[in-house]
Amino acid sequence: MTMSIFKMPSLGADMDAGTLVEWNVKPGDAVKRGDIVAVVETQKGAIEVEIFETGTVSKLLVEEGTTVPVGTPLAEIEGEGAKPEETPAPAPAPTSAPTPAPTPEPTPEPTPEPTQAPTPAPTSAPTPAPTELPAAPDKAGEKPVSPAARKLAAEKGIDVAKLKGSGPDGAIVYADVEAVVGPTHKKEAPVSGPSKPSAHPGLDFAEMRKAIAQAMAKSKREIPHYYLKHQINMRAASLWLDETNAERPPEARLLMGTLLVKAVSLALTRYPEFNGFYENDTFRAVPEVHCGLAVAIRGGGLIAPALHDCETLSLDDLMAAMRDLVGRVRTGHLRSSELSDPTVTITSLGERGVDEVYGVIYPPQVAIIGFGTLETRPVATEDGLDAAPTIIATLAADHRVSDGRRGALFLREIEKLLQVPEAL
Amino acid sequence: MTREDLTRIFAEELTKIAPDASLDGVGEDEDLRDALDLDSMDISNLIIGLHERLGVNIPDKDAAKMVTLKGAIDYLAALA
Repeated sequence: MTMSIFKMPSLGADMDAGTLVEWNVKPGDAVKRGDIVAVVETQKGAIEVEIFETGTVSKLLVEEGTTVPVGTPLAEIEGEGAKPEETPAPAPAPTSAPTPAPTPEPTPEPTPEPTQAPTPAPTSAPTPAPTELPAAPDKAGEKPVSPAARKLAAEKGIDVAKLKGSGPDGAIVYADVEAVVGPTHKKEAPVSGPSKPSAHPGLDFAEMRKAIAQAMAKSKREIPHYYLKHQINMRAASLWLDETNAERPPEARLLMGTLLVKAVSLALTRYPEFNGFYENDTFRAVPEVHCGLAVAIRGGGLIAPALHDCETLSLDDLMAAMRDLVGRVRTGHLRSSELSDPTVTITSLGERGVDEVYGVIYPPQVAIIGFGTLETRPVATEDGLDAAPTIIATLAADHRVSDGRRGALFLREIEKLLQVPEAL
Repeated sequence: MTREDLTRIFAEELTKIAPDASLDGVGEDEDLRDALDLDSMDISNLIIGLHERLGVNIPDKDAAKMVTLKGAIDYLAALA
């Protein structure tokens, strides 16, 4: 029998500590690889933490409500002959924790077999609203809790399990907690400044802003960015999308964003120098494409969790995965693997955005691909002038790893793929 | 189904997408995407929700009509 230690994971270069808000297991429980065993509150909200081995929980080492540095042992697991190093120890030794995230690696060292953590429910089940999805992975009886509600409950010492949820599927929302504790005055209001108080009154935008600041400052300090832009004619993609969606019920339709993610993922398999991690002065390309999708959080803040193995997913499965992921950003059910292993980031402004977006690389990644808003623009052709739907793609990449020439070819490859949408 | 019924159902479906968002204080001609910070995924989920709830299959080309409260209720009332 081998004994291993389940540690506080590092969920991104900007995390140095987390609060264990909830254990989903108790001593004696059997766990298997991929199970969600705990909920950890970070600057990015409440994250569901998965375990990367199979065995039995023998001892919980940290009580609920305790804040500990990354790498701190949280529980002892008696493995089924599992190698101890298979524990999710993405973080370096706890000694490096106090410093503001200098080296923490966002990936568990031997990339935790991506096959293990792919899209939770990629089946095309006509899931109505994303808010219903969290019900599936949870244990029976556990209600979904919005990040804002969880935060307020933790502040006030309320046990969310005892509350009655008024949200969809009994989800506990901010108002439910507020109903118990009485109207609250956000204590972070003075620091969170201009962020709109409406959407997530309890989510700590100041903390999230601090996390973003830390990661982005590190990026601009250390990564020599270079930038390229390229306008892509989207007529073929738009026509194909309209025709495809016209025949489908709402729940089976695709969004343009799905085509963009798939095209980028396929292009990355041909240009591997943009997909992976730069750590300890070396670049390590990753064969699988785990696209970090930048998702805005209503009211302020941003998070870029991973869509796993995008290059292998059909457009339908990718769409389902994106719907699920965005839904869980909204309801606070992100999983640890989604935060720890994106190999690249895509930021797409969508409707009501602007022409171009130049991203800041999220370390230790080496590239971020940006898409501006789809607009009808004049396009010169052999025969004259055409008014065509176009999108402007940008690339910010790490000059320690690649050069502009390869970057240009990479953007051209994305363009080429988008001209044949039916092949995506 | 009255406009009040449709408005209530619309608000309920919206709450599923944005649990902490509320239509209180949102004008009926205001763009919901701006007022509630909804993106294309949110609108897609809203249309799915209305499809399941009311059986209305709103084509993509009509989705633009669903972005104000008045536009949405007018559209749904015409179908009902």
